[in-house]
Amino acid sequence: MAVAVRPQRRLGRLERAALSGVMVREVVNFSSFWRSSTFSSTVDPTIYMLAFGFGFGSLVSEVAGIDYIDFVGTGIVATTVLFSGAFPAMYSTFVKYQFQHTYDAILAAPVDTEELVTAEALWISARTGVYGCVPMLVAMVFGLDPSWGMLLVPFIAGLAGFGWAAFGIFIAGKAKTIESFSYWQSGLLTPMFLVAGTFFPLDQLPEWAQALANINPLYHCVQLVRDAVFGLLGWADVGHVAFLAGFALVAWRLAIRFMERRLIL
Amino acid sequence: MLLDNVTQTITRNGREGGSAISLRGVVKRFGSITAVDGLDLDVPFGSCIGLLGPNGAGKSTTMKALTAQVIADEGELEVLGHRLPEDSKQARAQMGVVPQLDNLDVSLTVEQNLLVFAHLYRVAARDRRAAIEHALAIANLGERRGSKVDQLSGGMRRRLLIARALLHRPQLLLLDEPTVGLDPQVRQELWALIDLLRSEGVSILMSTHYIEEAERLCDEVTIMSHGKAVAVGPPRALIAEHAGPEAIEVYGPPARLTEVERMAAERGWRTRRTGTSVAILRADGAADVDGERRITNLEDVFVLLTGEEID
Repeated sequence: MAVAVRPQRRLGRLERAALSGVMVREVVNFSSFWRSSTFSSTVDPTIYMLAFGFGFGSLVSEVAGIDYIDFVGTGIVATTVLFSGAFPAMYSTFVKYQFQHTYDAILAAPVDTEELVTAEALWISARTGVYGCVPMLVAMVFGLDPSWGMLLVPFIAGLAGFGWAAFGIFIAGKAKTIESFSYWQSGLLTPMFLVAGTFFPLDQLPEWAQALANINPLYHCVQLVRDAVFGLLGWADVGHVAFLAGFALVAWRLAIRFMERRLIL
Repeated sequence: MLLDNVTQTITRNGREGGSAISLRGVVKRFGSITAVDGLDLDVPFGSCIGLLGPNGAGKSTTMKALTAQVIADEGELEVLGHRLPEDSKQARAQMGVVPQLDNLDVSLTVEQNLLVFAHLYRVAARDRRAAIEHALAIANLGERRGSKVDQLSGGMRRRLLIARALLHRPQLLLLDEPTVGLDPQVRQELWALIDLLRSEGVSILMSTHYIEEAERLCDEVTIMSHGKAVAVGPPRALIAEHAGPEAIEVYGPPARLTEVERMAAERGWRTRRTGTSVAILRADGAADVDGERRITNLEDVFVLLTGEEID
């Protein structure tokens, strides 16, 4: 009987209307800052690629049977995903709840923290899917041969990007001040960025470092992109996909938990 | 048939006769501070209820609890027939919230802000245009639709916040200090707007620390102090009950005011010092006291009940 009083159907979890509502906000906002965002997300990694590719490439012409510029050009896709995934997620999330109070407004509408976090991560993931391809396209200008496997790269970048976006939101949810981001950046993200097999193959490193690299999501992203682009996909790549999916799942749940603590008093 | 009748009766009680908001014994603690301390509150459908109290009385915490952005430690909360916090999302789909802190997207235009919230409030695609136009008309912002929010005046931004909360034609509107920090003239504009919504039958709960605002707009007020409701009723009834028909305002130098206070205390009258004057309240048969007779107000009630000045 009591059910009859309810004027509408029960709203569930992770509803499309709520997710798309939050994403509409992001898209409309993005229309006003896409230039700067695209610039920083693509120019940085491109500079890294050209500097390493030509600077270091003049010393080493080939790595693992691949032209060095192609080696770096494919590896740096993962760097771009990190730069355009984790960093915007950290800063924009912090600014939105701490200074702009945007999330207060959104949570007063029929949207839950879980939907809010998921939508934000999905939107950043879509962006990393696009930005991730930029260094690969630049590498093509410098001689990287096109291949069908390249069509998988936006999806790989999107999957890894979801994980990094969620991880960035988690950091923002945990952080008491924006200054504490430096610990995460210098203590975790920078070492991960260097030991991912982007600029040099990991088999030169001591075993303990190789073992650590295996739990670095960037390493799995780098391997997956290279295998896709050079047509080397095999069973090992199922493992890489599984690792990235697992990372995304854990980071997503952590982001929700910590943002709930932050937003719901 | 019988079932239909029963359902209709329930629906009628739930919608018209019942309450849009009902709180029973709500408690919220932040560490060692009890922000809301056993609060009961009712907002009957179609009425405008004011939460009146000084800063720190627990008004904003109460408001946040109604959208489940604050989870109460104890007590029962029901909004539009939905239990909180578990069914809060349902309730939020049918209510509009005007926050105390401006949380508009400043880099977007007026219209873009409304568009985003039309999506968040799930206004159907075919109704979205009309909903935005209606909101722009209510807030009188039609001519500024293309302006970025950071180019708007404080009053316009507040009107936009109200318009944003009305996009989905909510049954209930929460206004948290709707006119705080605005010029007197802008405040009156907003009062006219709130009065209009009230006349259209929207149930309203507003928190305020402006006495005049509560007196003008609210059918009933709940006076809050230290997280508790210390009095509930229509403004005029509360004034009549607690402050009597008139007060005597005595002006003079500080020494004279102190003397008046002592004299009043001896005769068992309550007094209130407001800077340059002492108001004597409930001074029946005080024909011998020199001073200006004035009508009592809600502020007198507040001071009598809580012993605090409101501003």
